[in-house]
Amino acid sequence: MGEARFIKTLKEVPRVEHFAPGHRLCAGCGIPQVVRMALKAVPDPKVVVNATGCLEVATTIFPYTSWGVPWVHVAFENAAAVASGIESAFKILEKKYGKQRPKVVVFGGDGGTFDIGFQALSGALERGHDMIYICYDNEAYMNTGIQRSGATPKGAHTTTSPAGKVIPGKQERKKNLIEIAIAHGIPYAATMNPAFPVDMYNKLVKAASITGPVVLHYYTPCPTGWYFDPSRSIEVARLAVQTRIWPLYEYENGKIRITVPVKEPKPIEDYFKLQGRFRHLLEPQNRELLEEIKRDVENNWNRLVKLASQG
Amino acid sequence: MKGKLVGMNGDRAVAFAAKQADVDVISAYPITPQTIIVETLAEYVNNGELNAAFIPVESEHSALSAAVGASLAGARVFTATSSQGLALMWEILWIAAGLRTTIVMAMGNRALSPNINIHCSHDDAYAARDTGWLQFFAENVQEAYDLTLMAFRISEDHRVLFPSIVNLDGFILTHATEGLYVLDDEDVKAFLPKKKPVNPIDPSKPMTYGPLDLFDWYMEHRRLQYASFMSTPPVIKEVFEEYGKLSGRRYTPVKTFNVEGAEVVLMVLGSSAGTVRYVSRKLAEKGKKVGVVSLTQYRPFPVRELIEALSGASVVAVMDRSVSFGSPGAQLFMDTSTALLKAKRRPLLFNVVYGLGGRDLTPGDVEKIVMKAEEVLRRGETPEEPVWVGVRGEE
Repeated sequence: MGEARFIKTLKEVPRVEHFAPGHRLCAGCGIPQVVRMALKAVPDPKVVVNATGCLEVATTIFPYTSWGVPWVHVAFENAAAVASGIESAFKILEKKYGKQRPKVVVFGGDGGTFDIGFQALSGALERGHDMIYICYDNEAYMNTGIQRSGATPKGAHTTTSPAGKVIPGKQERKKNLIEIAIAHGIPYAATMNPAFPVDMYNKLVKAASITGPVVLHYYTPCPTGWYFDPSRSIEVARLAVQTRIWPLYEYENGKIRITVPVKEPKPIEDYFKLQGRFRHLLEPQNRELLEEIKRDVENNWNRLVKLASQG
Repeated sequence: MKGKLVGMNGDRAVAFAAKQADVDVISAYPITPQTIIVETLAEYVNNGELNAAFIPVESEHSALSAAVGASLAGARVFTATSSQGLALMWEILWIAAGLRTTIVMAMGNRALSPNINIHCSHDDAYAARDTGWLQFFAENVQEAYDLTLMAFRISEDHRVLFPSIVNLDGFILTHATEGLYVLDDEDVKAFLPKKKPVNPIDPSKPMTYGPLDLFDWYMEHRRLQYASFMSTPPVIKEVFEEYGKLSGRRYTPVKTFNVEGAEVVLMVLGSSAGTVRYVSRKLAEKGKKVGVVSLTQYRPFPVRELIEALSGASVVAVMDRSVSFGSPGAQLFMDTSTALLKAKRRPLLFNVVYGLGGRDLTPGDVEKIVMKAEEVLRRGETPEEPVWVGVRGEE
């Protein structure tokens, strides 16, 4: 297929599809956007490794499959390890027998990445395997029905961090996946969001051009688990960026660059009031928690701006 | 005996076999007592003696996960583990078999915790018994070497396509240096040509590996996997025979010694077979016949051959280097009991537990087992629970 190119408008995205419709992902789910984009942006030949999760169960119900590329699922916590094996195998088979080497693309949810698959991911990054690891982060265990993960944001209601009378949702912060990934000394990492598809596509193109481990952290709106109208999925995603909750940035050659600047942030309440998981935060008794979350968002943004300015 | 006589411990012999097999990918994590295997392979790779990818993974779970990925990609793959490492891999054992990978794994058999112990029990081998891996038991270093080579050939045979475990007793075999004959590289190459993978990952022929499989199809797939697994023994026999012609060393799924005309038979796995045979020989000199039956092929369990081997016995002591809490006996005993239900004539059967955590099995212990067997035969009744041998308080 040759080299993919950077684009300026959505119209330039290649029309070829490797991901068939008819899968069982929920209406309004943010996962298929990143899958389609990644399969377009990463040149052939390629192999996909998938951790157990929404994407896996909804796209491969035997005897059907949505995948037009080789697709491998082994278990929940080991996608990065399986990818390590595939990448190493093709590398040596190329060296020994001249077999063509495909690019390895991994998809894991936040459970499979932040929590149960964290060790396997860290190991793979440290060993430096040539792979693009994409975490589709819907901020909870959605496949088992909305349980908290290490990626669930502070204050969010899930079934294992319910907004109760005494404890109003999750009390802990979300892990910073990109900074953890960067700490491994990898060449490239970036955040992505479906409301900014050109930004997403170009990051995927860049990721595909890099040799070595790449981590992409993708914001994945989940109407089912966040309790919002599926038709407002992209609106929710856009607000996450506009409120500075989900900064879009990339890390390359030791430098951080904010790819979508947010000069005038929208009120966080705008984002929260659209989603059932945050609605309790707008009640008077949770005012302190709301203020704390706002401070966290501001601090994170300021820190990022500072890192980016260090050039 | 064909080949060159060398001295090696079991771990080095297994690593040497993997090198001669020209493995493409080694994915492994160190654990005593198999560590020397992966160290040796890392040396081979880094010294340019073996053209392979060595993946120094961060856990046994990842070791087997990476091995599965590499095997699906079409590579010849080797790994090794023991005890706790096997326990951590356990989830992936099932998947490695169900996805029809052809991984060969050496297992330096070691007791499971608690309490932590690095020496031999067969807990790990037994923990893998239901998972769909072929399993072989080596009795000495020579067998560990031979079985490793044969395991690649068997696993990769298109009538098999299942992964293999080669068991070798921790320390007793992994760390003991013995003399063994190793084949010439050329002979190994002829016996074990380059892997011809079936349906490997191929972007020009996309396939979906490991899909969601619910109540409408899962059971058919398990049925097919079961049928395929149970059809492997003739291939194993064929490879044993071919290797026998090549090496001069004959392998059979079940090994018998002095069983003709013996009323008492002792049944055992792994390195202890040698000790039991030694006692059998000594007793034979005194005119007492005691048969010995040991298994080289543990999975699939060689039911027919075992029935044949035990057909003349009046009493069989089944020796287990493990316990199974709450079961009617330890694992080999349960397998043997079930297998003999298919026999026309059944001997009296009782279970012996011995050698846990590396406890030595002495010739004196074996004689005690023989005496116990004679007592069982005299009384015509078997003990309800396993007889513990070589343990304090049971003398």
